Amino acid sequence: MSIDTQERSLVAQSGSRIGNWFRANATTLPTYAALVLFIGMVVYGEVAYGRILQYNTVSNLLINNAHLVILAVALTFVIVTGGIDLSVGAVIAFSSVSGVMLANAGWNPYLVMLVMVVVGSLFGLASGVLIQYFNVQPFIATLAMMFLARGLASMLSTQPERLAEDSPIRSLATEWKIIDGEKVNDLMLTPNVLIAVAVVVAAFFVLHRTRLGRTVYAIGGSESSALLMGLPVVKTKLWIYVISGTLAGLAAVVYTSRLGIAQNITGIGWELDAIAATVIGGTLLTGGAGFVLGSVVGALVLGLMNVLITRDGRIPAAMTTIITGGILLIFVLLQRAVTARRR
Amino acid sequence: MSENPNRPLAALQTLVRSQFFWGIVAILVLLLLNVIRDPGYLGVRVNPNTGNLSGNVIDILRAAAPILMIAVGMVLVIATSGIDLSVGSVMAVSGAVSMELLRALNGPNSVGVTIVTVLAALAVSTLLGLLNGVLVAYVGLQPFITTLVMMLAGRGLAKVITNGQNTTGKSESFSWIANGTVVGLPVIFLLAVIVVVLVALIVRRTALGLMIESIGINPQASRLAGIRPNGLLLTVYGASGLLAGIAGIFVTANTMTVDVTRTGNQMELDAILAVVIGGTSLAGGKFAIGGAAVGALLIATLDKTVVFLGVPASATPAFKATVIVVLCLLQSQRVRALFRRRRAQIQAQPDSVTAVSTEAEGVVR
Repeated sequence: MSIDTQERSLVAQSGSRIGNWFRANATTLPTYAALVLFIGMVVYGEVAYGRILQYNTVSNLLINNAHLVILAVALTFVIVTGGIDLSVGAVIAFSSVSGVMLANAGWNPYLVMLVMVVVGSLFGLASGVLIQYFNVQPFIATLAMMFLARGLASMLSTQPERLAEDSPIRSLATEWKIIDGEKVNDLMLTPNVLIAVAVVVAAFFVLHRTRLGRTVYAIGGSESSALLMGLPVVKTKLWIYVISGTLAGLAAVVYTSRLGIAQNITGIGWELDAIAATVIGGTLLTGGAGFVLGSVVGALVLGLMNVLITRDGRIPAAMTTIITGGILLIFVLLQRAVTARRR
Repeated sequence: MSENPNRPLAALQTLVRSQFFWGIVAILVLLLLNVIRDPGYLGVRVNPNTGNLSGNVIDILRAAAPILMIAVGMVLVIATSGIDLSVGSVMAVSGAVSMELLRALNGPNSVGVTIVTVLAALAVSTLLGLLNGVLVAYVGLQPFITTLVMMLAGRGLAKVITNGQNTTGKSESFSWIANGTVVGLPVIFLLAVIVVVLVALIVRRTALGLMIESIGINPQASRLAGIRPNGLLLTVYGASGLLAGIAGIFVTANTMTVDVTRTGNQMELDAILAVVIGGTSLAGGKFAIGGAAVGALLIATLDKTVVFLGVPASATPAFKATVIVVLCLLQSQRVRALFRRRRAQIQAQPDSVTAVSTEAEGVVR
């Protein structure tokens, strides 16, 4: 086996300039692949269905996927350390159902939004403690939290809970016209999109420009090495799950404000969407490498895929998860090929 | 040893330590709760016309059958330190295939149609399980990601098969699987027992069980010892798919309807809970089929008790999840070290050195 890889690396060394470029950019390669895929989808959509590259389609893509972008950022942190958070979808369900019920019970809406975010943080903290202090595997701890959050959400209500029409929480989804185009073709922004952008910028700063961020990468590369180097592994890993939970809570606020309805079955399968977005964006599932901006591209690829499937109309909506799973699989295989070559 | 005067006590001790003892205790406590509510709860009546047994206990056995199937599949997967989150969706796919086929073949009285339907449903479920196995064993994708994809994609597949409709089929013999009786006992439970015993014999009377456990303990070492993990993983995930398919047939045969969003929904929670209650560690490397079976019976008893006592059924998933969290904590190194230290303190001289070393171990981990 080792001879095989040696031979392969020799072949790679004797490769052309393109080969050199590929090897130098091995970790960023999946991100480029995601960008190429995104552009390809835009071009295909424009040619096949039309009306893709116009203000309102682009605005809607951003507005409808703000929560997914936030989740993808959350999962980027977790997956870079080599962990996983399967609870995000269920945490959104519990956070949004409890938030809407509290708001309808007459709580101050701003306090409610804060509570929704804090609920997420608490679930994240619980997963983090289970993983870090009790040595439970990340997928088991967050799976247990997923069952727990979903169960608690069902306990609160199994009916769709509707947010009052005049609730200030809905104001987060106000559509501002930036450029007034013809008819409905306007470039629009909502506070939700700005929240998502702020999260991306903050996450980019934390992950790529701070000590915490470097520690996250170090843990993903090799946890025992990070520990031996004296890095605060325990504290950092705890923080990662708190961050992930908090962002899930924030995503709940963003999603609820746009839809105005919360239900105990909200967010089923979003953990897969978020994982897929992260992996498509070039984060290694085994940890140690990844980019926040890549995950944003990944989330937009999935969002655009939904738009194209809706425009096409021939593919049943139930196929969406199957296609998402297929894309995830292809990108994992791509990563495997790239990392195998690097080794 | 044989002259040990405390032999009954020692036997009791091993019983208390055995994996399924506390499961059985919990079942008895739940049954006791029901008896307090209604003293005639445990009564089993014999129908004078048909000679069939009926009663709450029989209902529990009936409800336990599908959980037994997926729990046995899950225990094998978890032993390889994997997990199968797709069991609930595979159940839905199996049910969807059965109902669509029964409707298409349209032979309400034909046993042949039922046999073809059952075989087709089991083949599709096994195929989905094998697909999981290929992705885990040969592609090297993490089990929870693979089966998470299958969990969501499988539910999508069930919807595609039935066009998103809840499909109803008609077949005397298919319905007999869930509603029929043999010597008074429900067929569904007898079938489940036969399958469980069969699986237990296959893995425990051959080296298969040991090899599965060795993968869970250390895949590298087991490969060096001459065990080929890939084929075994494929078998285990395939078996889990097959068993989930049987569970799907059980569930849909009961009402002769498949509800593509509800059938098998959150059944992975039940399967994992049954496994954990049975004393199998989620970290893998060990398994107890008997324990998982007791766990499955406990869950069926719990479900029925909750309905009987009038507790809102929507509270059960949260309760089950809490039990999983607590059992995970009990299995963890740190909590065990705590218990061990306390026991050491009670016994004469506390061995401070080992206490410190286990504590240090816990911190490093």
